Formats: sequence, C-alpha cells, structure tokens
Amino acid sequence: MTLLYFAWVRQKIGRGEEQMALPGGVSTLGELAAHLATLGNGYAEVFSDAKRLRAAVNQVHTQWDATVRESDEIAFFPPVTGG
Amino acid sequence: MSARILVQREDFDVSTEIAALTKDNSSIGAVAAFTGLVRGDDDLVALTLEHYPGMTEREIAAHVEDAGGRWALHGVTIIHRVGRLRVGEQIVLVAVAAAHRGEAFAACEFLMDYLKTRAPFWKQEERADGAHWVEARASDDAAAERWR
Repeated sequence: MTLLYFAWVRQKIGRGEEQMALPGGVSTLGELAAHLATLGNGYAEVFSDAKRLRAAVNQVHTQWDATVRESDEIAFFPPVTGG
Repeated sequence: MSARILVQREDFDVSTEIAALTKDNSSIGAVAAFTGLVRGDDDLVALTLEHYPGMTEREIAAHVEDAGGRWALHGVTIIHRVGRLRVGEQIVLVAVAAAHRGEAFAACEFLMDYLKTRAPFWKQEERADGAHWVEARASDDAAAERWR
C-alpha cells in the first residue's frame, strides 16, 4: 500500500509518504489506523484519536469501515481547510 | 458546460478568466465570480496552503459536475492557489456562467461551500510567533449541509 500523510499528520509522523505491506489481520481503514497507532512516536499521537482525522482511499473520501487492499493508495489528513 | 479547473502557485487575473469563460457564447447572460483573499486577522503574515495532488483536481471536477447537474450552466472556472500567500493575495476563484443570474449565483455559492469542506487543501497560518495549522470550522460544514 502507499500511505500518504498531509498537514500536521505529516509533521508529527515525520514523513509525507511511505510504502507498507498490508499487515496481517487488517482489512478495514479503522483497523489500519489502530495498527499504525502501535508504531509509536508520532504515529501513536496521530492515530490515538480517529475522530480528529479523515481518510481517503484511492483519492476518494472514505469512512473508517471501508475495506483496504494491498494495491490501495491511502491518505490520512486533518479535516480540510481550503477555499 | 465547459469546466476549467486549475490548482497552481501562480496568481490569476479575474477579468482574463471571465473573458475566457464567456467568449463566443451569446447565450450567457450572467457570470457570478467569487474571489477569496488572504485576510489579515490578528497580525497574520501569510498563509501556506498544501494539497493532495490528484485528489484535489478530481474532487473539484466531481463537484463541478454535480453543480452542472443541479443548475443549467454554460461554464465553470475554478482556480485554487497553493504555496505561501501573503495577506491581501488572492487564494481562489470560482466563476460560473449561465443564461440567468439565479443559476449563476447559486452554483457559485454551492461550489465555494464545497471547496471549503471537501477539497483536500490545508492551510497553515504564519504569525510573528510561528506557524499554526488552521482548524476546520463547524460553520463551513453547516454551510455545505444546506445543499443536501
């Protein structure tokens, strides 16, 4: 999977992009976020409270119960502030 | 309905964009154009905007298509800047051309409300004491809700 991070999510984790194999036992976005929280440091802080975050799978806004696949591009970011 | 959607660092000229939008189409009787600027609240020095390349253009295009389905429109131009923008600079243009003003005004407001709530941009405010991320506002979500 390609994982992308934006805004303060990127700043706290320390990178804007990474490649990661889909962890065993993870099939939804919510489960992926819970797994990322266990990686410690910035990941723990970012993924500790999913309510503060939003996500997109393959560039489409998605809910936490969405299925994630090995070939997906998954982005995590704060609520948007454009316009 | 024509659609011109740009995400860029460079500034834009509203007159030029409106001229391009209305060129050679005598069925257009109304153009509604909104420009967003960097407001200088509380000693703000600059805003820095980042976006999600790929998703940004896709999201904006989807909402332009949605607008075209709700109202009879001849054309839409949306230009959203990214990068470091100082107080007073232009951030975004939403220009809508239609036969009549009702559709033009409504579609312009609809598209701005969606740009504020769905388009993947993030702003960072720069003041003398450093840079801080802007938080999304509930009032923007409420504004977007009324179009459901």
